[in-house]
Amino acid sequence: MRPPESRPKPRHPSALAKIVAALSLTGALTACNSVVLSPSGDVAQQQGDLVVTSTLLMLIIILPVMAATAFFAWHYRASNKEARYDPHWDHSTQLELLIWAAPLLIIICLGAITWVSTHLLDPYRTIGRIDAATAVPADAKPLEVEVVALDWKWLFIYPEQGVATVNELVVPTNRPLQFKITSSSVMNSFFVPAMAGQIYAMPGMETRLHAVINHPGEFIGFSANYSGAGFSHMRFATHAVTDAGFDQWAQGVKAGGQANAGTLDRAAYLQLEKPSEKVPVMRFASVSPDLYNAILNMCVEPGKMCMSDMMAIDARGGLGKEGIRNVQMLAYDRGGRQAAAQATANPTAAMQRELAWVRALCRQNPGSAPDHTIKAPASPRVLSGAGLSEPQSAPIFSHGQEALAAPAQTPAHPTQISRN
Amino acid sequence: MTATTADTSHNLSQAQLQAAFYDLNEHDHPEGGSTMLGFWMYLMSDCLIFAMLFAAFGVLGGNFAAGPGPKDLFDLKLVAVNTAMLLFSSITYGIAMIAMEKNQKGATQIWLLITAVFGAAFLSIELFEFHHMIAEGATPMRSAFLTAFFSLVGTHGLHVTFGLIWLFTLVAQVGTKGLIPANKRRLMCLSLFWHFLDVIWIGVFTFVYLMGML
Amino acid sequence: MEAVDHSHWSPLLGRLWWDALPQEPIVLATFVVVALGGAALVAGLTYFKLWGYLWKEWFTSVDHKKIGVMYMILGLIMFLRGFADAVMMRIQQSIAFNGNDGYLTAHHYDQVFTAHGVIMIFFVAMPFVTGLMNYVVPLQIGARDVSFPFLNNFSFWMTTAGAVLVMASLFIGEFAQTGWLAYPPLSNLAYSPWVGVDYYIWALQIAGVGTLLSGVNLIATIVKLRAPGMAMMRMPIFTWTALCTNVLIVAAFPVLTAVMAMLSVDRYLGFNFFSNDFGGSPMMYVNLIWIWGHPEVYILILPLFGVFSEVTATFCGKRLFGYSSMVYATLVITILSYLVWLHHFFTMGSGASVNSFFGITTMVISIPTGAKLFNWLFTMYRGRIRFELPMMWTVAFMMTFTIGGMTGVLLAVPPADFVLHNSLFLIAHFHNVIIGGVLFGIFAAINFWWPKAFGFKLNQFWGKVSFWLWVPGFWFAFMPLYILGLMGVTRRMRVFDDPSLQPFFIVAAFGALMIAGGIGAMLVQFAVSIWKREELKDETGDPWNGRTLEWSTSSPPPEYNFAFTPIVHDIDAWDDMKRCGVERPTSGFRPIHMPKSTGAGIILAGISTALGFAMIWYIWWLAAVSFLGIIGYAIFHTFNYKRDYHIPVETVEATEAERTRQLAAVGA
Repeated sequence: MRPPESRPKPRHPSALAKIVAALSLTGALTACNSVVLSPSGDVAQQQGDLVVTSTLLMLIIILPVMAATAFFAWHYRASNKEARYDPHWDHSTQLELLIWAAPLLIIICLGAITWVSTHLLDPYRTIGRIDAATAVPADAKPLEVEVVALDWKWLFIYPEQGVATVNELVVPTNRPLQFKITSSSVMNSFFVPAMAGQIYAMPGMETRLHAVINHPGEFIGFSANYSGAGFSHMRFATHAVTDAGFDQWAQGVKAGGQANAGTLDRAAYLQLEKPSEKVPVMRFASVSPDLYNAILNMCVEPGKMCMSDMMAIDARGGLGKEGIRNVQMLAYDRGGRQAAAQATANPTAAMQRELAWVRALCRQNPGSAPDHTIKAPASPRVLSGAGLSEPQSAPIFSHGQEALAAPAQTPAHPTQISRN
Repeated sequence: MTATTADTSHNLSQAQLQAAFYDLNEHDHPEGGSTMLGFWMYLMSDCLIFAMLFAAFGVLGGNFAAGPGPKDLFDLKLVAVNTAMLLFSSITYGIAMIAMEKNQKGATQIWLLITAVFGAAFLSIELFEFHHMIAEGATPMRSAFLTAFFSLVGTHGLHVTFGLIWLFTLVAQVGTKGLIPANKRRLMCLSLFWHFLDVIWIGVFTFVYLMGML
Repeated sequence: MEAVDHSHWSPLLGRLWWDALPQEPIVLATFVVVALGGAALVAGLTYFKLWGYLWKEWFTSVDHKKIGVMYMILGLIMFLRGFADAVMMRIQQSIAFNGNDGYLTAHHYDQVFTAHGVIMIFFVAMPFVTGLMNYVVPLQIGARDVSFPFLNNFSFWMTTAGAVLVMASLFIGEFAQTGWLAYPPLSNLAYSPWVGVDYYIWALQIAGVGTLLSGVNLIATIVKLRAPGMAMMRMPIFTWTALCTNVLIVAAFPVLTAVMAMLSVDRYLGFNFFSNDFGGSPMMYVNLIWIWGHPEVYILILPLFGVFSEVTATFCGKRLFGYSSMVYATLVITILSYLVWLHHFFTMGSGASVNSFFGITTMVISIPTGAKLFNWLFTMYRGRIRFELPMMWTVAFMMTFTIGGMTGVLLAVPPADFVLHNSLFLIAHFHNVIIGGVLFGIFAAINFWWPKAFGFKLNQFWGKVSFWLWVPGFWFAFMPLYILGLMGVTRRMRVFDDPSLQPFFIVAAFGALMIAGGIGAMLVQFAVSIWKREELKDETGDPWNGRTLEWSTSSPPPEYNFAFTPIVHDIDAWDDMKRCGVERPTSGFRPIHMPKSTGAGIILAGISTALGFAMIWYIWWLAAVSFLGIIGYAIFHTFNYKRDYHIPVETVEATEAERTRQLAAVGA
């Protein structure tokens, strides 16, 4: 089975011609399909444009330097007795000024572009526009997808639709997408080049990505951060379909159509989580609603204390000496992947641990997590900086302040850490 | 264009030129001229290792993993005694150096040994504290806070241990060779090292113990 | 490919057991070849009774020149190993399409790319750079040796000990499969349970001690041992860059030591610095390792900037343009290199303000770097350029490095980095600066200073063959990678499923083949030059019409470098002396005070290797014995107070008389 191509495939007459095409940069970039420079999503498009803009800006200084190098090397060669030879000429204030000022000017321009674009294209910020011409309607609700990097496959949970898939991402076109990303074991990087730039997926932490896909099609997505033996196969197909198509697809999965894998509950997840490679597409007709939070907080296994609870306890100064022996319910991947599973083999012990932490938590009031998404700028104009004057963002607390201000708000820490 | 010596050296004789361009009367460089500088740089690099451990403590110091925190574990009185031991040892080391300056071999050795006694007392108290914590279950494996704590304080303790080994070596060397320049240089280096550990400890005492308890 | 269970442990051999021997046929074959080659070498050395010579004249020598040469040889040997890894990757990636799994298993391939990175940075570039500084700096500043000659020897052997451990991992056990920076959680015990990461940790720790001490040593040398008259602003530019590099080493390597120590206590004792649970923070590792890692790349490139400056001034027959702006540029780079580390992980989710701060500081570094490039350019302006090999490499550098610098600044724009991070574009970028900057610089330096070290020039023909294979070969190998990066292809992939990518990888493999030819030609160049050394002989000691003090003494220089310490009046001190017409004094010599050779360095490093090996394999008794051995031997060594001697005046007179004869013979 070959995963789908990201764009209509370029046709090459023969291998030789392909090699010839590959020899020249411009030839190659037109003949082949540079997904980075001509993607199908607006965010990736802006990032790709930035690559081009920055390159052109730098070429202003790079090209003259290279030309001068070639010319000086040729003109002042020892055999050219015509050329002026001035062995003691080693200083010129004007020239010195020029050679420091010219790069400085370029960097000032580039620095300004960097500052503005980094804020506008911050993956944590909701997108402000569908494409260059269309702003996001004020009442638009993004489609939320929870992404979990597993060894070595991707799990996508659709909380609104109540379905989940493995190694298949289906999204509607021209609708803002919000990805919440985490990982089960090691660092990965969630990357669909046609849609938007990548962001790391890290265990026990959540990163965010906001994006949109403008054109229907099949695109490739993968992990862009090496994560062990099965890394090469950690790829998934991304289908961008119409709104109607998306609803139809979600209904189909709910009804238990093709590749149906049943219900994704904690037990099924713990099976799924075990390392495996080249996993075919799986579709789960229903998902436990609290599963993603449990994955993020590393407490899918029964009897484990959730990271969010642990952080809340820590913010209050820990559990004191009484908490010293609560080791089993905190251990996640200590001593290898298998050890954790063995630890839960004894249900009575697991029950007792569960009771212990319930007791410990009696003081806590679970609340809802604050949303740290930065809202999109009011103006859809890009790189003008206009949107920056009014960043309607939720306040970002530092880790400590937040903990003090809202000890009751539980699953906050992951975004906190990765935002600092 | 830079003016060079060539412009002004036309009318010098070859002997004058040679004297201008070669050190014809060179004497041996004093041995160990770079030692203090080199040792100082080593200390700065060591300081960076501690900086990393302090940074790690700064990042992880609040992660008790639903276990005990500083207030549950530290005994400030004990730590204060411990700190006093190390500070006393620095004073006695200073006295040893004064004795060394006066070329009093015996006094130098005795004050060095007194320093060692204080140093050993410091280490014993620290080991007692560690032992007590570990026996209660507050091991470095228990939480990231304890990992960072044991690593920072333990690294300091290891430095003191090596300082002690070095100190005894020097006592022996002063005994066999006397206060020759090489040994004086070594005593100076150890002096820097010892006071450096003092400074680090003050950081540990402040950031780890005091701020943890307050 | 399921991981093999390596749970065996015995008190005597620890984890070491039969399953540690090579299983994969490729490794097995390499093992046999290396074992046979090694046996032949040992037999040859024994047959020609060279062990005593090597031990006395080289291994225990504290002469900075010999240590410098040994560093270069170490770098060259490890370069062949690292390049073999590169070729294996190129072949794998050019065939693993259409369901073909290639010829390397994941277990093997992942070790290959990890080893390639580790070896090329720590055991190729670092020894080359340290070797150059060791050889050249004392000569350039008119000193007789470094400040701490014994430490110098010890540093070299510690670096070698690290290299020995990395090489041992090829045949005994495995190397890390984590990528060259071994990010946790992947490098934690849970996900890398066997010896690979432990080899990595101990190789880096032991070699790191050597690097750090050599940094301290060279700073002290430059600060304390400069010839009279050589004020800071009269130091040769290579010495300046060496000074900044060593400041960076002393300020960066302790960070690596600390991070590796933290990773080892996590792995060995179950601590929680970088664990997923119990409040550990893998992100802290990523931050800390790059706080070392970014200065490290400047540690590598700065000395080569110095080399290019010396080469340009010499072969243009002209004073370096903008000496002081060059010095300030170097200083600015040194400081700024500590303020950019986060650009290696913009994609970790830091806020936009943090990302843009680090992006902009990164771009700011390109300003002094650009100024340097202009300085070389204007040194060429109104010069009289002799295109000898060092100058050819310099021009190739200027053309290549500019592109690498540009793509680097591009990657410093965070939104652009989001689409290019971890892609082959990134790989192409840093090879562009490391090969185009560091390696081309090393080649320029080797061709430039070889006659100084050995008394004869390198063969030009084979040097040019090597040059013309290397430079286009580089572009063939890495231009496709730039393009592939723009096509969204990520790094460290073992197999591909998009067949339209294959031609690019084939071109890249062809480039690697050309580079292999370039390396071969370079080895032939060395061999031919040694063979025909009489024809290539240079007796003047100044074959290029040099400008700095190393060219004022004979080639190779006598053990004591300078019979009389020169006095400096100008930046280009030797050029100044030549223009003033100073004749070298031929009488009035004095005995010269020099350090004595010692075996302590190689012995301590040998025990350290045993300690590392024991720790890697959990052979606790050996670890304890070797640790006590190191302490005991170090203490024993401090009881040796007789570390120097005087070269008698008769020896100096005889050596200098020989030099006078040589100079007279060539009519100088």
